[in-house]
Amino acid sequence: MDYTNDPDVKVPLALIVNMPELKENPFRNRIVESFSEDGQGNLSFNDFVDMFSVLSEMAPRELKAIYAFKIYDFNVDNYICKEDLEKTLNKLTKEELTPEEVNLVCEKAIEEADLDGDSKLSFADFENMISRAPDFLSTFHIRI
Amino acid sequence: MPKKSDTARKLEDVGIEIDGDVESAEEDKKAKGKGAKKPAAGKRGKAAASEDGEDEDEDDEPPRGRRAAKKKKAAQADEEESDDDIPQRRCAGNRRRGKVRESGRDGDNEKSGRKNKKGGKKKKDGKGKGKDKENDKDSDKDEKKKKNSSGDDSKSDEEEESMSEGEMAKLMEEVEEKKKLIANIRNKPWRMRRRLKVLKEAQQFVDKFEGALGKGKGRKLYAYKVMMMKKWIKFQRDFENFRTSCIPWERKIKEVESHFGSSVASYFIFLRWMYGMNLVLFSLTFGLVVIPEVLMGLPYGSIPRKTVPRAEQATAMDYSVLTDFNGYCKYSVLFYGYYNNQRTIGLLKFRLPLSYLLVGIGTFGYSLMVVIRTMAKNADVGGGDGEDNEFTFAWKMFTSWDYLIGNAETADNKYASITTSFKESIVDEQENQKDENIHLRRFLRVLANFLITCTLGGSGYLIYFVVKRSQEFANMDNLSWYEKNELEIIMSLLGLVGPMLFETIAELEEYHPRIALKWQLGRIFALFLGNLYTFLLALFDEVNSKLEEEDSIKNASLWFVKEYYANYSANNPNDTGTPPPIDPADIIRGPCWETTVGIEFVKLTISDIQVTYLTILIGDFLRAFIVRFLNYCWCWDLEAGWPSYGEFDISGNVLGLVFNQGMIWMGAFYAPGLLGINVLRLLSSMYYQCWAVMACNVPHERVFKASKSNNFYMGLLLLILFLSLLPVVYTIMSLPPSFDCGPFSGKERMFDVIMETIDLDLPAFMGTLFGYVANPGLIIPAVLLMVLAIYYLNSVSEAYQNANMELKKKMQLARDEEKNRRNNKDSTNQVMKDLEDLLPNNSRPPPSPPENRAEKKHDQGGKSPKVKPGTAGGGVHLQKDVSLASANPSARGPVTRAPGPRGPGPLPGQPGPGRGQGPPPRRQ
Repeated sequence: MDYTNDPDVKVPLALIVNMPELKENPFRNRIVESFSEDGQGNLSFNDFVDMFSVLSEMAPRELKAIYAFKIYDFNVDNYICKEDLEKTLNKLTKEELTPEEVNLVCEKAIEEADLDGDSKLSFADFENMISRAPDFLSTFHIRI
Repeated sequence: MPKKSDTARKLEDVGIEIDGDVESAEEDKKAKGKGAKKPAAGKRGKAAASEDGEDEDEDDEPPRGRRAAKKKKAAQADEEESDDDIPQRRCAGNRRRGKVRESGRDGDNEKSGRKNKKGGKKKKDGKGKGKDKENDKDSDKDEKKKKNSSGDDSKSDEEEESMSEGEMAKLMEEVEEKKKLIANIRNKPWRMRRRLKVLKEAQQFVDKFEGALGKGKGRKLYAYKVMMMKKWIKFQRDFENFRTSCIPWERKIKEVESHFGSSVASYFIFLRWMYGMNLVLFSLTFGLVVIPEVLMGLPYGSIPRKTVPRAEQATAMDYSVLTDFNGYCKYSVLFYGYYNNQRTIGLLKFRLPLSYLLVGIGTFGYSLMVVIRTMAKNADVGGGDGEDNEFTFAWKMFTSWDYLIGNAETADNKYASITTSFKESIVDEQENQKDENIHLRRFLRVLANFLITCTLGGSGYLIYFVVKRSQEFANMDNLSWYEKNELEIIMSLLGLVGPMLFETIAELEEYHPRIALKWQLGRIFALFLGNLYTFLLALFDEVNSKLEEEDSIKNASLWFVKEYYANYSANNPNDTGTPPPIDPADIIRGPCWETTVGIEFVKLTISDIQVTYLTILIGDFLRAFIVRFLNYCWCWDLEAGWPSYGEFDISGNVLGLVFNQGMIWMGAFYAPGLLGINVLRLLSSMYYQCWAVMACNVPHERVFKASKSNNFYMGLLLLILFLSLLPVVYTIMSLPPSFDCGPFSGKERMFDVIMETIDLDLPAFMGTLFGYVANPGLIIPAVLLMVLAIYYLNSVSEAYQNANMELKKKMQLARDEEKNRRNNKDSTNQVMKDLEDLLPNNSRPPPSPPENRAEKKHDQGGKSPKVKPGTAGGGVHLQKDVSLASANPSARGPVTRAPGPRGPGPLPGQPGPGRGQGPPPRRQ
């Protein structure tokens, strides 16, 4: 491929997702999608660099928080609503929790983090919550 | 600051290769923007341009740039050039003052290795090129700019003089801002393309007005610094990994934890801790007592206590005898009786008896210290995690997955552990949510406790009764099998039935499983104390009878020796020399109660190990085996119904460990080898139980989180430690040691060995000193002082605890208040909303009335980041309010602009102080 003359080469999601750093990640599709400019998971070189720059150890907490929010926002409506939480939870636990338990956990999570009472998490809520999380920085990064 | 931008610039160099075409378009736009700005800041531009030259090369500094340069120097402390450049530059400038400016520029160009020599005013553009190392496109912009400034250029120095301080400051501020932007470009939530663009703009701006940021030396230093930083981080990581890998069984325990929850893991952590402690005790005992005795003491067979008696010699090597720890085992270094009472042994004059006593006491001292220290440390940890219930679920949801995981097996474990930890939290949460009939609950709990107290009292009485009966039986002959073994049978029955009964009764209480475990532990502990009591009672009976026996044997033994010599001289009247010594196997021995006690403890420990391991093998492994494979041909589902797989019995295992440790503490003084056996036991137990729990058990129905500080286990251990300390100290202080075995033989009391050392080995004044110290007149005040200190520290810690509670309450209050405030702002404060609706900057007409409010807010949020620094128009102050939610305008992509798909959800009205997450507030 001729990158010099045609820099707009895009690598499809299916290829990116299979790289060893992402292979085991339950959110791999979401990660790639949220870093792609078209939202479909096709990454240009810039997007790719972007992705690993945000996921690097050096990236600041605020930046990581922004992209974490995007990753967990499955339906891309700029809010993490209950459906998003359910999806997150099912991916995290491989759907081993019962529907009631999932419901309970999601409701509790929203109740804890929701500051403005709209029963979904806006970025402000998310940021406020994640900025106090002790493990966020240590878990939300990839070494390549 | 400028250092960082170097790397940024390198990045830029790379970036240009890729989207150069986009770049150029942006470039033009930007250039226009700059051009528009220029007229206002024409003089500024010139001043800064001259400064560029100064940075490029020191020789050709035009004189009029000097002043500005110096000013800048004074203002910017983090400027990269060193101060000693100034005088050099100044004299260079002076030298060339008369020269035409253009020629100076020429030299500049040549210096920087560029061939862009042009005549007249074009020269200045050439300079711009020479400075710009990126590409020619950049210079286009430069050209325009230079043209602007060149107009001023032709005017002479007096213009420069008239440039106001305010403008200078403003320019400097702007440059600073750009620099900051360059340094922080990495932290902006923009797409790479935009980042590159902004970075390049900023870089050019700074380059133009402030000079090239990086110079050879600084760049190298910076690269070196970055490299070292990376190396250091890597080293730290490796070191951390190394440290983790040094913790034994960490992976095993983590694996168990991920499948069975922290409660089961807490047992294994306790086991590991116990192993560590026993290892220290073991090395203490073996290093200071056993090995010196083996190396330097008299060999086996040299004296009676080190020889198997003649009567036992025939069977001394039999397997059954050895497994009972008789025969050669009994007369070995493993037991108390083997040690000689020689004051010093070997060339080193090692004082073995003294060492024996001190190690015996040191074992307890060390254990006490280590248990109490661990408890204190745990309490510290326990205090810290009080407030993590704020975001339990949210944090678990968003931060529990470790993005570093790239290994399928690790990932599976992580899934299991996340599921388990969610289940733990769910159990906690359900417990909190449960609203029940409190009166009924209280009644049931009281009832349960009453029942359990009755059971405990009953079993206590039963034990007492049985012990009394067995004492009666001891004096009787021809007993039946049952009567002989009645005590053991009753005790093991109690141990079997008691815990099950307690568990059944505990169902009534409906405690949270974590609390239920503590109650269960406490109750079974109380039940097992009965075991301990009977065991000790039996032991003391035996010791007392042995002591009585000893007196007569002592006389017999002395008489025997005397008789032997008398006989010898009578039988061999001719022999005048000393008679040959008696074979040590023939001498009459005392019963040596210490060794007997030691053997009892060793036997008990061994049988305990056997029972535990067999229970696991049969109760867990065989059961799991049968359930698993018989399930194929059985009439009901064995796995789901009865008998199913076993659960890991936390309380039983913990108590087993605790009581075992009690046995070790009590027995170690009489059988130094016991510690070695125990270390082996704990080691094998770790692997065996880890395997068993992973292979044959299923997680508890309600997986629960163990309290972070397992101080309850430690508390039980401490209690056992005290209980086992008492009999040992009693024997050391008040029972006379056997006359013919052990390191203290021949002494009135065991601790006499200390007196002896003080008298013989230490200088005389030390003896008197000890005499004073042991004086009650000194001891009582010391004890009083300690009591007072304890009282004082206790009250201080209570005060701190109160203060802590107060602070926690305050924090909670503040949090609630904040939450309420936000809620009010958003939903209830209608006036504010109406006011916002009337604001003029709501320029775009809303698509539909109901979506009006939300749409407008988004609009603001989307716009605010685009406002350039310093040029923020009116109304931006309002945008600050909503900017938090829309902090990443570019990240949101095209959706931001399209009004249609936006949900009507209201945004937070007053997001409060953002912690610098959103760029817009920072820019104001």
